[in-house]
Amino acid sequence: MFNLDSYLGIQPDALEVYSQRSEVLAANLANADTPGYQARDIDFRAALAAAGQGQEGSASSAAVSAGGALQPQTTSPDDLTANTSPGGVSTEQYLKYRVPLAPSLDGNTVDSQMEESAFAQNNVRYEASLTFLEDRFSDLTTAITG
Amino acid sequence: MALSNIFDIAGSGMSAESVRLNTVASNLANADSVSSSPQTSYKARYPVFQAVQNSLAAAGANGINGAANASVMVKGIVQSTTPGTASYDPGNPLADSNGYVYSSNVNVVEQMADMISASRSYQNDADVLNTSKQLMLDTLKLGQS
Repeated sequence: MFNLDSYLGIQPDALEVYSQRSEVLAANLANADTPGYQARDIDFRAALAAAGQGQEGSASSAAVSAGGALQPQTTSPDDLTANTSPGGVSTEQYLKYRVPLAPSLDGNTVDSQMEESAFAQNNVRYEASLTFLEDRFSDLTTAITG
Repeated sequence: MALSNIFDIAGSGMSAESVRLNTVASNLANADSVSSSPQTSYKARYPVFQAVQNSLAAAGANGINGAANASVMVKGIVQSTTPGTASYDPGNPLADSNGYVYSSNVNVVEQMADMISASRSYQNDADVLNTSKQLMLDTLKLGQS
């Protein structure tokens, strides 16, 4: 039986985590001048591993094994549902505070340049995931239409 | 969907920075204003920014799972308490009985630096908005080619 989720692999989860990371980075940039604001970022590896775990719980295991190093460790049956929220990837618990390179007087730990480059990098990776997905879909179309 | 939240976040950032640009414009415009008493002289205005932590629980309850976002708001405008300078200018129609006029406490150099900082931050936010919009459009076109 063909399973679209396992066919698409890790990419849909990666897209979700990328988009949430870009949200966090956008929040950092918006608060670049807010006194006392502490910059945050997502622990991408952990978030994506949990996303893969959620997928395994729902339907497929192919995507998770395709993830290689991202293979989740399940130690109890509860683990499958512990890190997932219904209908998506939850990254709340993977939010971490950034360690500032240089402290500022007003307690703000946003480094605009670092955030900008992280944002750009994240977007390029998002685009890459999109391209992989695009290829998957075009392969599928080829298979269907011949 | 996380990308659509970026519109709110970057929008709030742009709005806050434009308030800051507004106060800079007001301060610079009044840099040379004089007054007949220290109390009524123009005081430099500064916006106070505050992060709005959109609560994790609320975001989860609405089905918008994922990262907590923090937009920014202008909590208020404060006036500088630095004393302005008094200068002896008896010919000025605003001079008090001793012939002194009281100028504003605006530091023009500081305001210019502030203006550049606000403008850079605004550009960053606009950039973030554009990029996210492009990503969303690309995502919408997924599988159509």
